[in-house]
Amino acid sequence: MIFRRDTWSEILSSVTKNKARTTITVIGVLWGIFIYITLSGAAKGLDNGFERQFERVAMNSMFVWTQQTSVPYKGFKTGRFIQLKLNDVRTLKTKIPEIQYVAPRNAKGVFGGDAPNITKDLKHGKYNVYGDFPVVVKIATKDIYDGGRFLNEEDIKHDRKVCVIGERTQRELFNKDENPVGQFIKIDNSYFQVIGVHKFVQGGGFEDDGDIYIPFSTFRKLYNTGENVGWLAIAAYNDADVIEVEKKVKTVLKDIHSVAQEDERAIGSFNLGEIFNKVQGFSKGLTFLSLVVGVATIFAGVIGIGNILLISVKERTRELGVRRALGATPNEVKGQIILESVFLTLVSGVLGIILGALVLAGINAATQDVTDFPYTNPTVPIPYIIGALLIMIILGTLIGLIPAQRAVSIKPIDALREE
Amino acid sequence: MIAIKDLHKSYKMGSNVLHVLKGINFNVEEGEMVAIMGSSGSGKSTLLNIVGMLDLLDTGSYTLDGVPIVNLNETKAAKYRNKFLGFIFQSFNLINYKTALENVALPLYYQRVPKKERDEKALQYLTKVGLANWATHLPSELSGGQKQRVAIARALAAQPKVLLADEPTGALDSTTSYEVMQLLQEINDEGKTLLVVTHEEDIAKMCKRIVQLKDGVIIEDKKVNQIRASEYV
Ligand SMILES: Nc1ncnc2c1ncn2[C@@H]1O[C@H](COP(=O)(O)OP(=O)(O)OP(=O)(O)O)[C@@H](O)[C@H]1O
Ligand SMILES: [Mg+2]
Repeated sequence: MIFRRDTWSEILSSVTKNKARTTITVIGVLWGIFIYITLSGAAKGLDNGFERQFERVAMNSMFVWTQQTSVPYKGFKTGRFIQLKLNDVRTLKTKIPEIQYVAPRNAKGVFGGDAPNITKDLKHGKYNVYGDFPVVVKIATKDIYDGGRFLNEEDIKHDRKVCVIGERTQRELFNKDENPVGQFIKIDNSYFQVIGVHKFVQGGGFEDDGDIYIPFSTFRKLYNTGENVGWLAIAAYNDADVIEVEKKVKTVLKDIHSVAQEDERAIGSFNLGEIFNKVQGFSKGLTFLSLVVGVATIFAGVIGIGNILLISVKERTRELGVRRALGATPNEVKGQIILESVFLTLVSGVLGIILGALVLAGINAATQDVTDFPYTNPTVPIPYIIGALLIMIILGTLIGLIPAQRAVSIKPIDALREE
Repeated sequence: MIAIKDLHKSYKMGSNVLHVLKGINFNVEEGEMVAIMGSSGSGKSTLLNIVGMLDLLDTGSYTLDGVPIVNLNETKAAKYRNKFLGFIFQSFNLINYKTALENVALPLYYQRVPKKERDEKALQYLTKVGLANWATHLPSELSGGQKQRVAIARALAAQPKVLLADEPTGALDSTTSYEVMQLLQEINDEGKTLLVVTHEEDIAKMCKRIVQLKDGVIIEDKKVNQIRASEYV
């Protein structure tokens, strides 16, 4: 019956010739599916947006620094300042196999203290200077403009006076058409050759478009930092549990530096992985919420269809009686009502999907240039759409059963007598 | 064609039982045109509805064209109605959102006749009742007489063995009534069996046999000389 072309044209005629009823019916489900599509699309957009914010940084990375102790231990008083050392890196790596990379870093001008003076010919300014190992890019990606490069092992080995500058540094210290690569700038009192310019990327996290990177070894000589390390950037392997790794790192560091294990203050950390998981959890929650809300509205819409069909079956009692007098079997009558229900549900569903897609496309166009709000490419996964359509077909059928049953429960002779 | 023996039918109304048909014996041969008369409430429609399988009998037997009508469920009844019977109602009962042609084609739809053939046949019957030019009109655009003629075309479309008409002229003025009766007579002339419920004497006299019902029994059953409706038109 479903596959007879006639069946559908019969349904089409009954549906299209009762326009007011059809319109009212359609709006309910259309609204539901529209809400569902826009909400879950928006949630997906947020999800994508968050992902983009984090894509420059290893998802399961963390930063560890030291502060003053808060618990007396092994004869040391509280308030002792702990200093991370280069040796800690090796110890951490050997003791914690989950760690993939450790980048010890030093900086001037970031966490308090004056930023160094940078001079280029007559122009000068204050910019943060980092002493880094090449491995740092494994934890937070740095894009370097063509013609330049980031620091490498040789730079470290020979304590080269080379630096990678930021976009803003270039803009502020160099002339417009000047290629900074190969030129020299003065950091405090030493000349450094520029080897690259790093692109500023939104979502690069905590760093700045003016930052200058120099080899760790050079930094150490320049500022006399010896074996000292400002902080550690650590990336765990993808399958590792970042929170566990963070705990282990702290335990190991407390051991090395004779800090009481219960001392919560001595070692500070910022766990990006944990935050990332939270954010991801948030957008997952949002997706789930939109799923629930969407399905609930679709449900309500379909129930609305059922209601209207029930009313319409009552209105059409006589017509259905005539059809039965002319030879329509109860199954044919039922089938017609159910298919009308499914048809209406599907048409409104598809319209809702189209409308939702248009709105999403609109939002997408509007947020195209917005970089500081995490919202990218709001789409609804195809399986969700297929799922929604399936739910609608099933619900449409189920809800159609009620008026269909009502339509045949009355004897044809009584149906014909109905006024 | 129709053989009814000792038919009883009653309706339950709460605790009361209304005995409407109290032992009807009634035979109709092929090609007859029978008027069923009687006062209001005498059970004319009830009898016609049982013959039309729109309603079930309580006791007795009913045979249509040699087929005993027993164990009638709705699906079976629907198939029989579609194959054997054509209905003409007092209030036409056209489907208001379908055109004249679509209305006439509807019984063929339930016979699963392909669309093209269906439309051809429907048009053929509309032509027969003189309404070929009105094929694409909705019932609301037709006069009462035209509506009844569309209904007659619809009743004929499935080529039933028997036409059942319950007060086919009840909603029409006398001129229009006679036109409709003329059409029914022509259909009968071609050999179709007709049962016409009416309480109008002149309409009954246009049939070939008159059956009088009173209080659920047949009190008179006589052949008459048919008066041709064309004499009045
Ligand atoms: N479905 C029903 N339920 C209860 N009573 C019914 C039902 N159908 C008919 N009756 C009763 O049965 C009796 C006969 O009804 P029927 O319709 O056969 O009369 P009729 O001869 O056709 O009358 P009229 O000329 O007014 O159409 C009436 O008293 C009517 O009230
Ligand atoms: Mg009656």
